[in-house]
Amino acid sequence: MNRVREFFVLSGRWVIEGRRALADATVWRPLLFAQMRKLGVDSLPVAVFVAVFTGIVLALLSSYMFTRAIPLYFVGTLVTKAVMLELGPVLTGMALAGRVGANVAAELGTMRVTEQVDALETLAISPHAYLVTPRVIAAILMFPVVTAVAMAVGVLSGWFTAVNLLDLSSVEFLRGARQFYNFKDIWFGLVKSASFGGVVATMGCFEGLNARGGAEGVGRATTRAVVLGCQAILVLDAFWALVLL
Amino acid sequence: MIEFQDVHKSFGARIVLDGLSLTIPEGQTTVLMGFSGTGKSVALKHIVGLLEPDAGRVLVDGQSVGDLDYGELMRLRTRIGFVFQFAALFDSLTVHDNLALGLRRQGLPPEEIATRVQESLRLVELPDAEQRFPAELSGGMRKRVGIARAIALRPRYILYDEPTTGLDPVTTAAMDDLIVRARHELGATSMVVTHDVRSAFAVADRIAFLHEGRIRQSGTVDEIRETVDPLVRGFIHGRPATGERA
Repeated sequence: MNRVREFFVLSGRWVIEGRRALADATVWRPLLFAQMRKLGVDSLPVAVFVAVFTGIVLALLSSYMFTRAIPLYFVGTLVTKAVMLELGPVLTGMALAGRVGANVAAELGTMRVTEQVDALETLAISPHAYLVTPRVIAAILMFPVVTAVAMAVGVLSGWFTAVNLLDLSSVEFLRGARQFYNFKDIWFGLVKSASFGGVVATMGCFEGLNARGGAEGVGRATTRAVVLGCQAILVLDAFWALVLL
Repeated sequence: MIEFQDVHKSFGARIVLDGLSLTIPEGQTTVLMGFSGTGKSVALKHIVGLLEPDAGRVLVDGQSVGDLDYGELMRLRTRIGFVFQFAALFDSLTVHDNLALGLRRQGLPPEEIATRVQESLRLVELPDAEQRFPAELSGGMRKRVGIARAIALRPRYILYDEPTTGLDPVTTAAMDDLIVRARHELGATSMVVTHDVRSAFAVADRIAFLHEGRIRQSGTVDEIRETVDPLVRGFIHGRPATGERA
């Protein structure tokens, strides 16, 4: 019961601190681009890696399922729909929850246990304005960008697989892709990924700033940030499916 | 002036401060001395609002720290320089940026910041360290940069948390000398938390001995040196007092 109460007290404090920090733009604005590069641009390789193999597997699986039952050009439909609506945002989100969530929690956790966070406070600088806000905003802005790249790469690798390993031409793949295309498929995935970015960065910051007890505490905070980030992504995924579809 | 008025602080079942009352006089260096783990650093953190007392008050310039709103607390912190036990330098920033961060926050122009950084580094005898990262510095150098970061703010108060812990005797003496010089050059009121007796005698105008959460004895350096309290005597001479503490 105490832990639940503590969680709500801490969360309430975070909302108040967050609003105050957002208004303190002179502190967080100069740090935003560096965080966008670190959390977004530097995450592109892992997102592209995941997307390439997702596209390949989707093309092969759909061909296996459709053979002798559904025209093969539907491989294009399944690959694009699955990548844009679900697998692109969610798998990219999961991969980034590992990379970004762990990075943020470990960095802030180390700063907490080495008193660097206290040092910020004694310099009259809010840790929420200096550490949390630029990371959360950067993640909200950059997760959709990384996801968009991952979507494109996933579809391209699905197309490449279909053309080279399946008995399918580019024209047929495109026909399938365009047949059920809806612009909503793209923005739905991007809206989801922005929310994933916000929650992954917030979890990382929350766990990091509340780390206690040296290296072991930082390790615990990092693990919790990744696990909670992944769980939050799945919950948000279901939420957006209910609300937007 | 800084004043602790009957301050109580516990962490769970563990009572750390148990009615601490102490006055830090203006323009002097007061050393808070005591055994390890008796709450000296905890007391220090109450002054800048990093910790809040469970009961009692901490007054700085007549203002109760716990009653300040956010803006007032931030303004109070700009008047206080805090030197952390392990320096707490920001790993990702150069020495220059470590010092400049607080000055930028105060809205000083870049030329003034550059001057203050150079002056502060000169005072701690590290004029060439500006572009180095904390990882490239020795323990003693990091502590000196920590002091430079505090004095760059030209604070009214400087709080030192175990400034000589982990240093060799020569570096400790240099650090003591630096604390004395910093006070003379800035005229700041200083409070030093330490369990290093030799260091305490070297920098203090007054010494307060913290034991079991409250002040056991306080006085001038000579008064503490000549104390008849067996516990304080035992501490000063490095011999446990029978029956008081194992």
